[in-house]
Amino acid sequence: MLRYLLIRALSLSLSLVVASIVIFAVIEVIPGDPAAFMLGLNATEDAIANLRAELGLGGSLVERYVSWITGMLQGDFGTSYTYRVPVGELIADRIWVSLPLAIFALILSTLIAIPVGIIAATNRGNGGDFAIMGLTQLGIAVPNFWFAMLLVLLFAVTLSWFSAGGFPGWDNPGPALKSLVLPAIALALPQASILARVMRSALIETLDQDYIRTARARGLSRGETIRRHALRNALIPVLTIIGLQFSFLLAGAIIIENVFFLPGLGRLVFQGITQRDLVVVESVTMLLVFAVIVVTFLVDIAYAIVDPRLRRK
Amino acid sequence: MMIDVESLSVRIRAFDILRNVSLTIREGEIFGLVGESGSGKSMTALALMGLLPRVMEASGAARLDGIDLLSLGEYDLCALRGNDISMIFQEPMTALNPVQTIGDQVAEVLTIHGKADANAARKIARDRLDRVGLSHIGLDRYPHELSGGQRQRVCIAAAIALHPRLLIADEPTTALDVTTQAQILDLLKDLVAEENMSLLLITHDLAVVSDMADRIAVMEKGVIVEQGDTAQVLRDQAHPYTRKLFAASAHQPDRTATMIDDAILRIEDVHRHYPGAREGFHRGPPVRAVNGVSFAIQRGESLGLVGESGCGKSTLTRTILGLDPLTSGQITLNGNPVSPTMPRAHRADMQVVFQDPYGSFNPRWRVDRIIAEPFHLLGRKPAPSDIAEALEAVRLSPEDAFKYPHEFSGGQRQRIAIARALITRPKLLVLDEAVSALDVSVRARILDLLAELQDQFGLSYLFISHDLTVVRAITDRVLVMQAGEIVEEGQTEQVFTAPNHPYTRTLLESAPTLEIPA
Repeated sequence: MLRYLLIRALSLSLSLVVASIVIFAVIEVIPGDPAAFMLGLNATEDAIANLRAELGLGGSLVERYVSWITGMLQGDFGTSYTYRVPVGELIADRIWVSLPLAIFALILSTLIAIPVGIIAATNRGNGGDFAIMGLTQLGIAVPNFWFAMLLVLLFAVTLSWFSAGGFPGWDNPGPALKSLVLPAIALALPQASILARVMRSALIETLDQDYIRTARARGLSRGETIRRHALRNALIPVLTIIGLQFSFLLAGAIIIENVFFLPGLGRLVFQGITQRDLVVVESVTMLLVFAVIVVTFLVDIAYAIVDPRLRRK
Repeated sequence: MMIDVESLSVRIRAFDILRNVSLTIREGEIFGLVGESGSGKSMTALALMGLLPRVMEASGAARLDGIDLLSLGEYDLCALRGNDISMIFQEPMTALNPVQTIGDQVAEVLTIHGKADANAARKIARDRLDRVGLSHIGLDRYPHELSGGQRQRVCIAAAIALHPRLLIADEPTTALDVTTQAQILDLLKDLVAEENMSLLLITHDLAVVSDMADRIAVMEKGVIVEQGDTAQVLRDQAHPYTRKLFAASAHQPDRTATMIDDAILRIEDVHRHYPGAREGFHRGPPVRAVNGVSFAIQRGESLGLVGESGCGKSTLTRTILGLDPLTSGQITLNGNPVSPTMPRAHRADMQVVFQDPYGSFNPRWRVDRIIAEPFHLLGRKPAPSDIAEALEAVRLSPEDAFKYPHEFSGGQRQRIAIARALITRPKLLVLDEAVSALDVSVRARILDLLAELQDQFGLSYLFISHDLTVVRAITDRVLVMQAGEIVEEGQTEQVFTAPNHPYTRTLLESAPTLEIPA
């Protein structure tokens, strides 16, 4: 078990290093001079030279890479050119919106998807399965921003249960949480639709296995067989998808953040790109890669818990 | 009278699976149910367990001590399964939940029926596992850490945990090696006597039932054609189908091919070692899968290679086929060295037929494309006449070229696989368990075909199998392999009648034999 996790940790650390090199190369090396790019076409020579000094573009590539990495390790992500504040602060503000939103959406999606997938699998081929498959197809096909607008129209405009957007900050946890409900639902539904389908097909495949027949021959009822034998085996592909979905939810909520005026990471990257603020883009991208790798590692741990074959001594 | 099945019929819509099956299994008796695949043996068992697929409808009666199992609801059936009637299946490798310990799976039978609390159930599980010969295996082990024979023992331990009245064993040893098979069959026999339970032994193998069963029933197409005391059924063979099964089981193809004293395949001191298992950050000693093997196959000769799983036959086969590199030694085919980088034209001299032809066909390809595939070795396009000739050689019709693999039966698919192997006019055919998955009557016809083709095309065969009867029927010479080495080599009849090596003797003694009482 320890060996397996050690190997996974090593290989993921390596991915992190490779990703950092790629991000650094793409942003700092390939498109020519970053300072000139950030200032646009009409910049004066002096302004570019000043920005170059500010960004520390004077040293060699290796020096710049090392100082970027050591800075990040010490919590120094550089200073945003447009906001004129440390990028670390910008990220810290935003992550407390994006992270809870992603976790909220993921919990919702999992809570919906797993029971729905089980119901569909156990009713394979009959009306219930057909209805669920149709609904999940719709859930995948309908764009989530359109769905978000429907939610706003119904629950914010007509019923006035929730506000239509904005984020009041975590000083008041109640309203803060409430403001994340509609965005989380809008994010969760397409994910839940995908996950329910994965759950369904994984469970159907598991239910065809010989050991399920053995369990039935032992005197377990259908329900007991599913609970005690099928679910844990069917969970392995589901875990993979949950891991992928979390990474997507963390950064991929740009559109939903815009619909609900939420100050999240997605909007920060988007603004960073439109305003050519490469320092922000570089740092947030690196942070997201880090998050994806942490989540992947958590999924690896979950695999090892579920499947003893991975824990070979 | 314990189990009393009366006019049991099972149908799926308008299609009959079982028709008027009647049989009685007495207390403490071993009842053999014999038949070929699709004859309805397993369906009979599943009907007794109340585990028929939902689309199937059963009628008639199946009484256990006077209670009709067919009339019971799901709740009563759950209470009965694993408790009064237990069942073990063919594939021990997949019959256990891979993510649960074996102790939990055996103990589950006790807890699910409310016969013991968790602690007591574990104690009983330990006791039952000890009984089936797994006293050295911990309760906390997982199925993947056990061999096939050990897994079948775990299944048996779970099945007898509650001392059932009837144990149904559906092809319990078909997937196992002969020596393991003999041990499992002995265990079942002992348990029947010890527990005073009845055993319904379902198998396609007449030799297995003849050694085991008190009474047997022969099944064909959902109907029991004959039943009675084992000795009597074996002696009288009253029904034509029984006679046909017997004839096929003991079938000896008429072999007329002549051998030329000139080696087509030469194997000289071949070693194939794998890196050892990881131990922390080091590796253990290398695994010597093939450890110094030498032999030759003459033109027109049929050479058998027998051995149990893990003996190295598969590794040796891969090196002979030029798929795996050698650690040391040399293999030459028709004078040319064999290796993963050998020229394609040389590869065309050798073709292979595997156990499961369906698995080696692309289901979306038509037969003409499937059998023409080896032509890429020759670097030219096949003519329609090449395909027609290959199909006719295996006694299929040229029109079959336009069909897809799923339209054929198992035996026909194996013919297609042979046609594909023949199309490049190879000199050596490697037959890797090529008839092992076939029913006896189909197997007999394929063996006849192989004998005819050998004569017609002057082929040499390397016949790899765990089935000693088949090897005896189709080979001139035989090699016995154990732990990566050839332990015995000789003329087939000589090795079978007067084996020299103790391992060969064990193999031959373990193999069930079909002896017809005088």
